Amino acid sequence: MQEGLLPILVLSTSLFAAAVMFLISERSAALRNTVNLLAATVQFLLVVWMALRVLGEAQYETRLSIVAGIDLVLRADALGIMFVGLSSLLWLCTTIYAIGYLEGSPNCTRFFGFFGLCVASTIGIALAGNLFTFLLFYEFLTLSTYPLVVHHGTDKALRAGRIYLIYTLGGGILLLLGVAALYAYVGNVEFDAGAMMPIEDETLFPALSWIFALLIAGLGVKAALVPLHSWLPAAMVAPAPVSALLHAVAVVKAGAFGIVRVIYDVYGITFAWHLGLLEPLAVLAAITILYGSLRALTQTDLKRRLAFSTVSQVSYIALGIALFGPLGTVGALAHLIHQGLMKITLFFCAGNYAETLHISRIDQLDGVGRRMPVTSAAFTIGAFGMIGLPPTAGFISKWYLGLGALDAGAGWAVAVLIASGLLNAAYFLPPLYRIWFGQRTEPWPEGNFPRWCETSPWLLLPTSITAIMSLIAGLLAAMPFSPLYWADVVVGRAYLQ
Amino acid sequence: MSTEALVPWLLVVPLTAAILTLLVPERMRAPVSWIACVPMLAGAVLITVLRTGATIYSFSGWEAPLGISFTVDGLAGGMILLTAIVSAVCAVHARTSLRDEASANAWFWPLLWFMWTALNGVWMSADLFNLYVCLELLGLAAVGLVALRGTPEALSAALRYLLAALLGSLFYLLGLALIYGSYGALAFTTLSGVLEAVPTVYVALALMAAGLALKTALFPLHSWLPSAHGGALTPVSALLSALVVKASLYVLIRIWLHLTPASGSLAGAATVLGLLGAGAVLWGSWMAWRQEKLKYLVAYSTVAQIGYLFLFFPLVTSGEARASGLAYDGFVLMLISHALAKSAMFLSAGNLIFAVGGEKVSDLAGINRIRQTSMVSFGIAGVGIMGLPPSGGFTAKWLYLQSALITGQWVWIAVLLAGSVLSAMYIFRVFHHAYLDGPPQATFRTPSIWLESSAMFLALSSVLIGLSAWAPLEWMRLPIFKGSH
Repeated sequence: MQEGLLPILVLSTSLFAAAVMFLISERSAALRNTVNLLAATVQFLLVVWMALRVLGEAQYETRLSIVAGIDLVLRADALGIMFVGLSSLLWLCTTIYAIGYLEGSPNCTRFFGFFGLCVASTIGIALAGNLFTFLLFYEFLTLSTYPLVVHHGTDKALRAGRIYLIYTLGGGILLLLGVAALYAYVGNVEFDAGAMMPIEDETLFPALSWIFALLIAGLGVKAALVPLHSWLPAAMVAPAPVSALLHAVAVVKAGAFGIVRVIYDVYGITFAWHLGLLEPLAVLAAITILYGSLRALTQTDLKRRLAFSTVSQVSYIALGIALFGPLGTVGALAHLIHQGLMKITLFFCAGNYAETLHISRIDQLDGVGRRMPVTSAAFTIGAFGMIGLPPTAGFISKWYLGLGALDAGAGWAVAVLIASGLLNAAYFLPPLYRIWFGQRTEPWPEGNFPRWCETSPWLLLPTSITAIMSLIAGLLAAMPFSPLYWADVVVGRAYLQ
Repeated sequence: MSTEALVPWLLVVPLTAAILTLLVPERMRAPVSWIACVPMLAGAVLITVLRTGATIYSFSGWEAPLGISFTVDGLAGGMILLTAIVSAVCAVHARTSLRDEASANAWFWPLLWFMWTALNGVWMSADLFNLYVCLELLGLAAVGLVALRGTPEALSAALRYLLAALLGSLFYLLGLALIYGSYGALAFTTLSGVLEAVPTVYVALALMAAGLALKTALFPLHSWLPSAHGGALTPVSALLSALVVKASLYVLIRIWLHLTPASGSLAGAATVLGLLGAGAVLWGSWMAWRQEKLKYLVAYSTVAQIGYLFLFFPLVTSGEARASGLAYDGFVLMLISHALAKSAMFLSAGNLIFAVGGEKVSDLAGINRIRQTSMVSFGIAGVGIMGLPPSGGFTAKWLYLQSALITGQWVWIAVLLAGSVLSAMYIFRVFHHAYLDGPPQATFRTPSIWLESSAMFLALSSVLIGLSAWAPLEWMRLPIFKGSH
């Protein structure tokens, strides 16, 4: 087999699933579920194979000429593999979850069709080998997630969809301008650690600085940097698997991942530092971390609290990158994965509560720990991870972020991390207290579930898997193939150059 | 093989088909047309593949300036192929969608073939008078197509269209007469590089440009277009928006590239055309957003997209060879992808109207109850219209942006970006209604596979053209832009 085709193959598994969805009828549920599960499994296995090979220094690259001088490039490097791995793993989990969640509801094929497109664009973002390819899939992600946000077709959903579009298309325009300007001034922008940058030509420095600002603004919308974050809590009206996917992987991570790519692979970390671009970004990230946590404190709706928590947590990645140092970057990259695992667990749990017991507000959580122990245990693991308690994955990433901040001599960043940890505790401990120690007086609503299971097994299985993984990622952080290990590999390769 | 023989082929075959469809019984007209599409497609493909350099053909061996000669260069070849593809697909759609409209079904076919003849004539003509004749024939065929529906609104739209087309021709003819009076020649080969920067020439060029702008429905001369395109039968709307408005623009481009005086600056004229284009983008998009009827929304979108095509003029006159080359590539790709995406969009819109049984955008509520194919093809076409990836519209916009950025023309960059936002507003308005749930008693019809697949084919082509844009751009590059890459 021509191994250069592997990235294309990974991409086309989700595209194939999406294409099938748009062709089959709404009634053929069995076919729909089989195709989706099969495609997600195949993709995951392909990604594992590709990851092993990339670790052994294999190079995968597929090139397709679009116009003279502009190529569509798919390339699997260590950083891309991290994000691809996260996407395909969580696609598999979310597919299982969505099958249980959407059982018997209308427009399932449409949902799974756009779901597949959404995953395909995320894979494309992860494997993009130059800025043009990245832009292509980044915008396509906007288009394919819109139908998922408005899936319910209610007024509220459509309003959220409109807000989502205004923000993401607006950001997309800024990004387009930034990327086009970079191509006009610098030429073809491959992801090659800033080798293309005209480091000698000081007359271009002001232009490069404002282009950087445009790129970060465009990416910051999806990464939910304050003040560009408002679409995220609004998008909570989407079905639970979508919220889980949007928040843990696809959209917010696409933004954060893009920031990593721009700083490391387009500008080059040293050059970006030299231009003085990293400090403002670090400050912005710090503000977002604190602001998101503060807003999360006052939310009474569970999903909205989680959404503001995402706003805060995703900026850890930007902060770690902007701190300029290997340790902070390791923390940031590990957090990209860790936060994904933990946040998707939390959203799965919120979905389980809502589907099983119609709980959507925090004050309804009293005593739910006895009714749904497994879900509640998973929720606890996720929440502890968000606070950063050992031995969860969240602790590992925060530890490295802290070390990175000290290393870079940015004491204020350590203070921000500590303050945010305290705030996280302040908004996660009360719901945890209610879950385990609250008293419920009325009986729980009856549901149509097997006797041995607290909710549908389709919902419980992925929730448990992601919860266990976010625990393992922390406990076995020093083992090969843990997220931390991969982050080390990426940073090792980047700083050696 | 010499491609000279293909030139008469591309004119005689459609003309024969036009006459033949007039003679055969009405029920035979569609099958005859389908069969005639085959040699047309073959001829178009052959001339694209086999042509090296410009093919020049002179009827009866009389060369310019005495005889009529036709030239097929890259631009013309590409337009011939585009015309063949879009017309053939529209013919597939029309066979099913016009089945229930007896008189329209009978007359659509001969008019289609007259239109096709005239279009090929425009693409291949290389002198001003020949172009005039072909444009007239094209205008008459198009007016006939608009009137086909037979309703009072359709007739009044056709009449307005006729007046606009005739007025445009009149202006063009005046300009032509001035040129002929001064230089005694009309062929591009004779006139090229000869025209001086004197008032007569400028007046003549301005008159021709005004006439052609009216025929192309450039803002603010666009008011005839929405009712003509929006009110016509679905395959007619697709043909008019995809191809017919492009013909007069094509003539303007030809004049701009071949006949502008060697000395003297064109920057002023280019800026005026660019500003009108910018006005078209803004006004057309705004009006599209306000339309209640789906096909009128799509028609106003054409007004807006024509504006993008006119941004070519200021971008190509920037004075830098690389920027001009990019502007030409962007223009060509914008033209092709708009033709594909807009015809796909009109066909999908027609299918959706058939499915829900109402012309309004708000009638789409509940469309999710039937097969989604038409909605998806509308969406794919919409991606191209918005200029978002992956689509030809995006790649074209990218090329325009590169051209403008290199030369620092920020006004046009702002127009391009604003146009994206505005078009997203009206396209997503359609999706908005498609996601609402309609009245429970409403009944929907699922369009036939022929209707849906023809729209889908064009929609997918508009995406593919963006991902492999180098191929058409290489074919269609003109010698004057060759060195710029």
